[in-house]
Amino acid sequence: MTGLFFGALARLSMLRTDYRQYPSYPHGYASHLGLGVVAAFTGAVVLPALILRELTAATFLLLVAQQLREVRDLERKTLDRMEETELVKRGAGYVEDIAKVFEARNYLTMFAALAASTLTFLGWRLLEPMGVPLFSVLGGAAAGVAVITLGRKTLDRQPLRQVARIREGKINFRGTMLYVDDIHIQEVGLAKSRDRWAKLGLGVVIEPNDDNARATLANVGQRQAIAHDSAAIMGIRKDRDTPEFTPLVRLDLDTGRAAMAIIPVEPDIAPLLAAVGSVPVIEGARTRPLATKPGRRAAD
Amino acid sequence: MRGGEGLVVAVVTLAGEKVLAGGAPVFVVSGSEEREKVATTLGRVLDSQVHDLGNGVYVLVKR
Repeated sequence: MTGLFFGALARLSMLRTDYRQYPSYPHGYASHLGLGVVAAFTGAVVLPALILRELTAATFLLLVAQQLREVRDLERKTLDRMEETELVKRGAGYVEDIAKVFEARNYLTMFAALAASTLTFLGWRLLEPMGVPLFSVLGGAAAGVAVITLGRKTLDRQPLRQVARIREGKINFRGTMLYVDDIHIQEVGLAKSRDRWAKLGLGVVIEPNDDNARATLANVGQRQAIAHDSAAIMGIRKDRDTPEFTPLVRLDLDTGRAAMAIIPVEPDIAPLLAAVGSVPVIEGARTRPLATKPGRRAAD
Repeated sequence: MRGGEGLVVAVVTLAGEKVLAGGAPVFVVSGSEEREKVATTLGRVLDSQVHDLGNGVYVLVKR
């Protein structure tokens, strides 16, 4: 019981942070919570089942665990299908990242439940002769909380602001070419569209802190994630028939800086910078050339 | 972002001789104002982006 409770709690505590990456309010929450409870249940009963030699039960649990692996596939499929309906796509990199995170969270749920139930179970055996078996629940609770905190800390994704400096850039045109400061973004053919960019557009420059961050920013999926999240948070003045207003994040090849041009619904730069800063560094983009010898030698 | 997938769906040009008949329909117009207008309409209709090649030719690119 303790295990079940803490597993569910773990999933719930992680659900709260999800809304931005996957805005599926009531029903998405319900289905993830449901799955979380199943995962928690699995984790909670696995040890008692083994100890009590209920091998049938244990086999069933393995089956459930296998089901959990399909979560990732399911998430990916859903998000992939939703891409069609997004004005600014998440991009394959981001979709994969979100799916991975959901899968991992369910495993964490299972671990939390397992830890809580193990401690409760052992504690019960230990404390029963002393006549105070219920105290073991406290031990289980402590284990559950510990796993949740630890798991959240290690699985927490790094926000972009930790690896790069994010500041405002000026939208400007050289002929028909759209620039943010001195970073080229795209060609805009129609004079009216250029006027609109000049009047309503905002520019953001992202300067990587080191070569690791530079590699991250170079990842196309990472940059699409930045564009998607910025548009999702700030709103966007664009429809299907005006693709020239799609927010784009482009690289300055010489310095590794990235720049984004976007036309948000509200042209406020401060919240836009905050939005960009809170975009997670996606796992597929997290390369660390500086951890290798040739990478370090190339860096200086 | 998905690099290199652009498709030229239409061409709007002041100078017909600068474009050879290829995969996309070519619309020859008689002034920059008309070119702007035709390109805008086509862009909306085809959900595509207008690019100025700088030599009097506009291409509509769909991604």
